Amino acid sequence: MPPVTTTATAGTAALADATASDAALRRYLHGLPGVDAVGLEARAATLGTRSIKTTSKAYAIDLAISMIDLTTLEGADTAGKVRSLCAKGAHPDPTDRETPSVAAICVYPDMAGIAAEAVRGTGIKVASVATAFPAGRAALPVKLADTRDAVAAGADEVDMVIDRGAFLSGHYLQVFEEIRAVKEACAREKGEDARLKVIFETGELSTYDNIRRVSWLAMMAGADFIKTSTGKVAVNATPANTLLLMEAVRDYRAATGTQIGVKPAGGIRTSKDAIKYLVMVNETLGEDWLSGRWFRFGASSLLNDLLMQRQKLRTGRYSGPDYVTVD
Amino acid sequence: MAFDYAPAPESRSVVDIAPSYGLFIDGEFREAADGKVFKTVSPANEEVLSEVADAGEADVDAAVRAARRAFASWSALPGAERGKYLFRIARILQERSRELAVLETLDNGKPIRETRDADLPLVAAHFFYHAGWADKLSHAGYGPAPQPLGVAGQIIPWNFPLLMLAWKIAPALATGNTVVLKPAETTPLSALFFADVCRQAGLPRGVVNILTGHGAAGAALVAHPDVNKVAFTGSTAVGKQIARTVAGTDKKLTLELGGKGANIVFDDAPIDQAVEGIVNGIFFNQGQVCCAGSRLLVQESIQDELLDSLKRRLGTLRIGDPLDKNTDIGAINSAEQLARITALAETGEAEGATRWSPECELPGSGYWFAPTLFTGVSQAHTVARDEIFGPVLSVLTFRTPDEAVAKANNTPYGLSAGIWTEKGSRILAMANRLRAGVVWANTFNKFDPTSPFGGYKESGFGREGGRHGLEAYLDV
Repeated sequence: MPPVTTTATAGTAALADATASDAALRRYLHGLPGVDAVGLEARAATLGTRSIKTTSKAYAIDLAISMIDLTTLEGADTAGKVRSLCAKGAHPDPTDRETPSVAAICVYPDMAGIAAEAVRGTGIKVASVATAFPAGRAALPVKLADTRDAVAAGADEVDMVIDRGAFLSGHYLQVFEEIRAVKEACAREKGEDARLKVIFETGELSTYDNIRRVSWLAMMAGADFIKTSTGKVAVNATPANTLLLMEAVRDYRAATGTQIGVKPAGGIRTSKDAIKYLVMVNETLGEDWLSGRWFRFGASSLLNDLLMQRQKLRTGRYSGPDYVTVD
Repeated sequence: MAFDYAPAPESRSVVDIAPSYGLFIDGEFREAADGKVFKTVSPANEEVLSEVADAGEADVDAAVRAARRAFASWSALPGAERGKYLFRIARILQERSRELAVLETLDNGKPIRETRDADLPLVAAHFFYHAGWADKLSHAGYGPAPQPLGVAGQIIPWNFPLLMLAWKIAPALATGNTVVLKPAETTPLSALFFADVCRQAGLPRGVVNILTGHGAAGAALVAHPDVNKVAFTGSTAVGKQIARTVAGTDKKLTLELGGKGANIVFDDAPIDQAVEGIVNGIFFNQGQVCCAGSRLLVQESIQDELLDSLKRRLGTLRIGDPLDKNTDIGAINSAEQLARITALAETGEAEGATRWSPECELPGSGYWFAPTLFTGVSQAHTVARDEIFGPVLSVLTFRTPDEAVAKANNTPYGLSAGIWTEKGSRILAMANRLRAGVVWANTFNKFDPTSPFGGYKESGFGREGGRHGLEAYLDV
């Protein structure tokens, strides 16, 4: 993609034309460069062979902690569970107060208020899933009400799911309009609007071409973040599909000047995996995305592994699961 | 604070390099008959690694005699027995792969990431693959009982020292030939370690003989009257000399020579993967690859977009210590090669092409050359015609598929080509019209022992690998 300065305006105008009709949107999305699956996966695998040691490992671990959306999305969630997660997010390692806090606590909408109260003053954001997460199979007014509920309860961020059925049956404009409507529902009269993360459920979209198309569709519709998956299906974030999202936000900024965040979610459990994703950010997107504002991990068990690795680096000894808190 | 990668050097302690090495003749190491030696250095910092024997004519004769003596019993072994030796060698190579990868990186200058992830796995794969053929030759399509040729004289280059050795030795042994192999003078060490692998595998004496030395030793080997087969990988100029030497004899000859591969990118290509393929095509092994995609032919309509992406990607290449696990681009193999690359790049500039390199700091000692792009290149430029054998990419454009074919084929070489398009029918149509021994589609520089490799025109003749490669070592 050409540099931002010369084409940002032209790029934005072209995108406006592209969403004028279902047919125009289809033509635009199908006109994006294809994705060669073998090549994409090979590139992601190669980046995974980088060897991150000593000082760079310490940097990466702290950075990864500060990018976590510490998540609990269970039917069994209670106020107690959410509060204990918030406490953990604020001070992940009780033996070392220097440990950075996580980026956000991610909960269901009915827990957003409890989380908002629990994180007050810590700088941690509250993210709430919405729009009939995880299936997204509800009428639009229900989805919008779900979103407004979360925002009213104090969510700083809304993680919506797209209608995969509509996308797979080719109703791109419907998906586009739905994202736009949810984005409007994220608005606040007073204070900052909630940032909108759009979840694609890449495992259900299945092809890399679809993932590239849906990434552009979501960014054009106003997503602040694009996110791989819910963590509730068989295939969640993979290095390859996350790399594809990164390429999309990189090219989108080059075309429009607008920076969008990326959030892989589901299945990232080890420090080693997290560092591989950070290497991918570093070498695909560069420094501009290396902060919790622009890159997040949707994860629950990742944090404890990062803490154990952090303790190992700090003390030179391996600890164990009994030396990090269970929440 | 930026995400800088701390140094992550692979340990040198896994490899024990002796201060001196002899020639490996008839199962043992011995000094050259005239006592001559030469030094081998690490191209990354010019450190002397070891001193090796410099084979002369008498040594070539001794090695060929040893191979001849071993031939009778080796060729008489049942294929399954020969296969067992090859399987054993393959397994030992895998077991010692870390050691050999570090050794190869030290002696050649290429990054450990490549020796570890490309060279060594392929080396073992070639021995495993040919081990499987040893007892199945009667089913290879060369008659019910194809016979070996006898003594094979093999000369290999410095760009993939151990891999080229594997390409030569594995098929020769599987088919029942014995071998005298001369590695390049700048990279003799891995072949000498391979001699040790042969001993470890209990390979009978004389089946494999390794002669380190210079061009004179190679010439003597080619000219030796008791050599039945000559296999050479290297420059076209030397290949021509060899062809002259063996002309009029009954020696069988295969040559794998230079190239000026065209990497053709259509406007419907998967751009991000094409960029990776271009990078892999010309910067893999610092571009010191005979099948490198050294000419980028890009459809004019996407030239700017593709070049922007390519330049951005080149900015992320990591150049430096080849033993660092995060290094992408290592050292040029020798001062001589560096001088050649430098001279050709200067010619490119003098002839009016636009030169570009990413910002990068090159180490102070050793032989280094920054990744380089030439744009505004036409077929008339030297950098579009001559094989540079270095990290230098010439970018040309085309308008139609016909023009792409015409330009791609307009070279005295014909070793490799790449096609990037999402359209399957175009891939097949283009592949039929490209005169290149290997045509890659939506990938580049992918190697596999099952796939025959070789050239058209001045890139040589004969095939290595696959069923086709067996023919070069059989009396058919």
